[in-house]
Amino acid sequence: MKTDNENKGKLTTRGKTVLASVLAVLALASVLALAGCGSAADAVKGAAGDAASTEAGQSQARTLEQIKQSGTINIGVFTDKAPFGYVDGNGTYQGYDVVFANRLAQDLGVKASFVATDAANRVPYLESNKVDVILANFTVTDERAQKVDFAEPYMKVSLGVVSPTSKSITSVEALAGKTLIVTKGTTAETYFEKNHPDVTLQKYDQYADAYNALLDGRGDAFSTDNTEVLAWAKSNPGYTVGITSLGDADTIAPAVHKGNDTVRDYINQEINSLASESFFHADYAQTLEPVYGDDVNVDDIVVEGGKVS
Amino acid sequence: MPGAEIVLDPSNVLRLLAGLGVTVRIGLVSVALSLPLGIACGMLMTLRNPLIRAVLRAYLEFIRIMPQLVLLYLVFFGTAGAWGWDLSGEAASVVVFSLWGAAELGDLVRGALESIPRTQYDSAYVLGMGRRQAFARVILPQAVTRLLPPAVNLATRMVKTTSLCMLIGVVELIRVGQQIIDYNRFAVPTGALWIYGSIFFLYFIVCWPLSILSRRLERRWAR
Repeated sequence: MKTDNENKGKLTTRGKTVLASVLAVLALASVLALAGCGSAADAVKGAAGDAASTEAGQSQARTLEQIKQSGTINIGVFTDKAPFGYVDGNGTYQGYDVVFANRLAQDLGVKASFVATDAANRVPYLESNKVDVILANFTVTDERAQKVDFAEPYMKVSLGVVSPTSKSITSVEALAGKTLIVTKGTTAETYFEKNHPDVTLQKYDQYADAYNALLDGRGDAFSTDNTEVLAWAKSNPGYTVGITSLGDADTIAPAVHKGNDTVRDYINQEINSLASESFFHADYAQTLEPVYGDDVNVDDIVVEGGKVS
Repeated sequence: MPGAEIVLDPSNVLRLLAGLGVTVRIGLVSVALSLPLGIACGMLMTLRNPLIRAVLRAYLEFIRIMPQLVLLYLVFFGTAGAWGWDLSGEAASVVVFSLWGAAELGDLVRGALESIPRTQYDSAYVLGMGRRQAFARVILPQAVTRLLPPAVNLATRMVKTTSLCMLIGVVELIRVGQQIIDYNRFAVPTGALWIYGSIFFLYFIVCWPLSILSRRLERRWAR
């Protein structure tokens, strides 16, 4: 009995310490949360009092007027995804997205200030108003559209199929009964499983493995985003992209903070007016053509005036 | 081994060094801020006051449980959403790494102080020393010797973990490396190995002197 009691006593003391720690952590967390809510409430109050503000969010996105006054527009771009957004040998920002970003800033009469973003933090950057616009090869999806507002598209991606030039595959029909290499979890995998069950799929985890499989002749062709296979084929002689555009095209568009209509409307206006000078075709020729080669149909990739054909 | 030209290009070398500069700046400023904060934390942790203990315990556990990346996102994006603060990526990084350093160093200081046997205090008192004198002359020198290896270990860990800062837009060493690799993806396909090799070397030359310093000091104090 005595030992039992002792053990019980020990357990409860330890239990108390643990409980105290847990409570303390919870207390700290709730203090932080409360502080956050309190200030957010203040921010909303401040916004309501400010006649110029258009939305009562947690924090305010800058309006077009505020951006003009500050003289700088903050644009989130990729810095290591050539040829869309990258930094060249001299340390300057380059790429298809960056060319458009520079033009956007120039026509607005402000300086473009580039912020290095990654695929995963593009939405948080907009939600927290760390940037005014994201121009980072941002594919439009329903899920993302609930959190940010997309402007009109300026590019589209669909699937491409690359195969050895000697046994080039130029149509989906030619793939019947053949072995197609795909990367797991990509749109190519789901597209072929659903629409072309007669094609034998060989799946790999990594892009590098899939490309090696193609090089070794373990499959007849490889399919993934057309922009990706086009760039790869250009640097690997002996391989061509026989099918450059397959399946439903996803569009790529600039994005702004949810509800930041003044900036989104300005971008839409800009995209529409740039169509008269075929701006994105020129942009393509300058940034993407050197990577994809000239045997690609520009209109498979470029969207002019926000109109997807 | 092809691809060496990528690390011999002077402009690439300069950009990597500039990236290293950012890495070292975040690391050093954070370590410098962590030192006084951590020592203060550690001394407070040895107090018997249950309230102070609970609060510091909660702080330490919170920092320890949260992945550094989550803390960076909280400070960088969270403060902007909740309070409209526009912290730069680098400032947010310094805040996170200082908080982390202070918590971890605090626990190390507490451990070092508590590891000194009670008899050391008693002996000092018997020799006629006051509380302050006993602490400064007897306890502290012994505690510091025990503290140094884990503290240097913590500092090198902090320097290495600054690589996460690139995820909140800080263009530091790893990010510069990735930019160079990507730009030369077609011209120098084997460049990745060389760039990452150089990055390894650069981290090494930052962290190694720290280890040497701590070994020297340890040896000197052991005498």
